Amino acid sequence: MAKDLTQELKFRDPAKARALSEAMQRNLDAIGREVSVMHVCGSHEQAIARFGLRAVLPPQLKLIMGPGCPVCVTDGPEVDEAVALAVGGAHVCTYGDMLRLPGTARSLADAQADGGKVHVVYSVAQAVEVATAHPAEQVVFMASGFETTAVATAAVALGPLPPNFSILSVHKYVPAAMEVVSRSKESNIEGFIAAGHAAIITGYALFEPFAARTGAPVVVAGFEPLDILAAIVKLTDLIRERRPEVFNAYPRCVSRDGNLPAQKVLWKVFEPRPGKWRGIAEVPDGNLDLRPEFAHLDARRRLSVDTAGVRDEAAAGLERECICGPIMMGLASPHDCPLFGKACVPEAPVGACMVSSEGTCRIWHTYGGAPDLRRVEGRAAGQG
Amino acid sequence: MEKDGLKPGQKIGLKHGSGGRAMRQLIEEVFLELASPVDGIGLGALDDGAALRVGDQWLVITTDSHVVHPIFFPGGDIGRISVSGTVNDLAMMGATEPMALTCAVILEEGFSRPDLERIRDSLKATALEAGAPFVTGDTKVMGRGEVDGIVLNTTGVALTRRVVSDAGLRAGDLLIVTGQVGDHGMAIMARRHDLGLSGDLRSDVAPINGLIRAALAAGGDDVVAMKDPTRGGVSGSLHEMAAKGKVGIVLEEQRVPVRDEVRAACDMLGIDPLLVANEGKAVIGVRAASAEKVLAALRAHPLGRDAAIFAHAIAERPGSVILDTGLGRRLLTEPEGELLPRIC
Repeated sequence: MAKDLTQELKFRDPAKARALSEAMQRNLDAIGREVSVMHVCGSHEQAIARFGLRAVLPPQLKLIMGPGCPVCVTDGPEVDEAVALAVGGAHVCTYGDMLRLPGTARSLADAQADGGKVHVVYSVAQAVEVATAHPAEQVVFMASGFETTAVATAAVALGPLPPNFSILSVHKYVPAAMEVVSRSKESNIEGFIAAGHAAIITGYALFEPFAARTGAPVVVAGFEPLDILAAIVKLTDLIRERRPEVFNAYPRCVSRDGNLPAQKVLWKVFEPRPGKWRGIAEVPDGNLDLRPEFAHLDARRRLSVDTAGVRDEAAAGLERECICGPIMMGLASPHDCPLFGKACVPEAPVGACMVSSEGTCRIWHTYGGAPDLRRVEGRAAGQG
Repeated sequence: MEKDGLKPGQKIGLKHGSGGRAMRQLIEEVFLELASPVDGIGLGALDDGAALRVGDQWLVITTDSHVVHPIFFPGGDIGRISVSGTVNDLAMMGATEPMALTCAVILEEGFSRPDLERIRDSLKATALEAGAPFVTGDTKVMGRGEVDGIVLNTTGVALTRRVVSDAGLRAGDLLIVTGQVGDHGMAIMARRHDLGLSGDLRSDVAPINGLIRAALAAGGDDVVAMKDPTRGGVSGSLHEMAAKGKVGIVLEEQRVPVRDEVRAACDMLGIDPLLVANEGKAVIGVRAASAEKVLAALRAHPLGRDAAIFAHAIAERPGSVILDTGLGRRLLTEPEGELLPRIC
C-alpha cells in the first residue's frame, strides 16, 4: 500500500501543479482573450471538482464538462424500452446508476417497486448468471456505457450464451458527440480533452480526422490531477499556436492505434447508428447498436418491446425546468439551473445529471459547486 | 399522504440524528422552543453543553445518549464511548475536570448479563482514566424488540473559571486537530460491513480532558474555540465553527493527519475522511501567536502526538469551509444526512 501511495503522490505534487498553472496563465496572456475548452468524461470532472482545479485555472479559461456521462445521455425512450420489458415480465439487468434514471414517465426503479424483476449487476457476466439461474424466463441486459464498456459487452456477445439471454444496447460512442458539440452554432469550444481510458481502446489517432475537420485540437488525458493540468497546458499551447492537432498526454497508457484486438471485438459486434442523446440532439453515429448478425441477441429484434403503456412525452412539473440538456452541451452550468441543490438533489434527482455519479450536477453537488475561489488567500502566514 | 396520515417531511429520518445539517434543522425547528434566557451559554447557543454562572465560576453541564452498534468494536465499546463523549463535551467548553457523571441505562429484555458487566467494567475504567466519578444512575428494561440491546445515557457536570465556546474564531486564527482523523467511524464501518481489511482499524475513543487541559495551560486565553469532531466529522465541526464565528475557514487537506489504513478504507468506500466520526479528537481554534505553543503542548501528550495545524480562519466567505487540496481549492460541503447511523 505504501508504494501505491507514493505512486499516487507523484501525480499530486503541489509545486508541479503551480508550475502548470503558471504555464497556462502565460498561454492565456499570449492568446489575449477568453477561451473555452471541453472535456467529455465524468471521471475527469470528478477529479477536477474533487481537487478544486478550476480555482487554479487562469480567469480567461473556461473548462466545461460536455456529454461525458453515459447514463445521463441515455434517452428517455431508451429507458422506456427497459421499463416496458420489465413490466412485460422479463428480468432486466443493468448497472446501478441506470436504476433511477427517468424514462419519459417512469424509471426502472419505479418498475421494480411495482414488482418488475430488475437486477443491479456489476458486469455483463453477472447478467448472464441471472439468465442461467432463470432458464425458463427472458433475461435482458440493458447495456449502457461508452465504447470502453461496450467492448466488455461485445466480448460476452461473442461467447457461448444461454438462449434466454438478450441485450438491449444503449451504448454510446463519444467521438460522434464531440462532432455535434463542435458544430453547434451556440458552442464556442476551441479545444477538447479526450478521456484517457476510452483512448486506451480506440487509440489517439482516431481524433486526428476530427481535429483536422473541426479545427479544434484534442489532447488525450489521464485522470490524476497533474495529468489533467498538464493536458490543459498542452491544449492551450495548441490553441495559442493555432495547431488543430492531437496530442497524447497520457503516453503511459495510450498508444496511437490503441488496443486493436479490443477494437476488432467491438466493431465485430456493434455498428455506429444515428441516435438521440438525452437533452442534446440526434447524434449521427452516436449509438452503438448490435449488428444484424447478432439479431438473435438483440432484445429489440427478438422480443416485442412495446413502450406505448409506459411512455409520456409531455414532461411534467419540475422536469420542465431541468436544464440537463444545455449543461451536457456545455452551454449552461448547474448554477444556471433553478432546481440545482434545491428541488434537485442526489436523494431526489429531477434530471439525469443529478442521478449518475458521473453527471455534472451530481459531481458539483458533492464537491461544493464551482464558486470562484481564485482570490481566496491560500496558506496561512507563518505556517511552515 | 402515507398510511399514517403524515407527509414525508413530517417524519423523523435517520439523517435527523447524524450530526449534520438535517439534525441541526430538526433541533432548531422543534427543540429550540425549549430554550430560555440564562446567565451564560444555554440551549439557544446549541453548543456542546451549557455553562451557567455560579459565583465567580461556571458550571458546565452536558448530556449524551449512546446507541452505538455493535456495542463492542475494535478499540472500545459503548461504555467507553458513553464516558468519553460526555467528558469530552465538557472539555470542549473548557471544563477539563469533571466533578460528577450520571449513568442511565435502558436494556432490552434478554440482554446478556456478562455483557452488561463487561460494559460496567469499561465505564469504570474510562471514568477512572478521566478522573470523573459516577454519582447516580437509573435503570430501565423494555420488552424484547422495543429497544435494540442497550441504550446508555450519561450526564456530566464540571466547574471552570473560563468557558470556551465554539463561536470564538476570528480572521487570522489558526486551527489545530489533535490527531489522526476518521479512526472511529472507519473502525465501526469496517466491522459492520465486514470489509475484510487486513489493516488495523481501531477506534480512537478516549477521554481527552487531560489533553485539552494541557492545551489550555499552554495557550490560556488564546485558545478561543473548541469542538470535538464526532458525528459529521471534522467537516461538520468546521462548518459549525465557521457559521458561529462568522468567519470563513480554509482547510489544507494535505496537512490533515489520516492513517494509511483509514485512507485506504475511505478510498475503497468513496468516503471523505473529513466526514468520518472521531471519538478522541478535538479541533482547537487558537490565536496565531500562541498556535505553536499549544501545538507543542498537545504533541507532548500521548493522545496528541500527531496533532497538526491544518486550517485558518479568514474574513471572506463567512460560514464556508474552503478546502485547499494542494492542487486547487473548492468548497467543502456540509454533511447533510447520515454517513452511518448509530456511530456513537
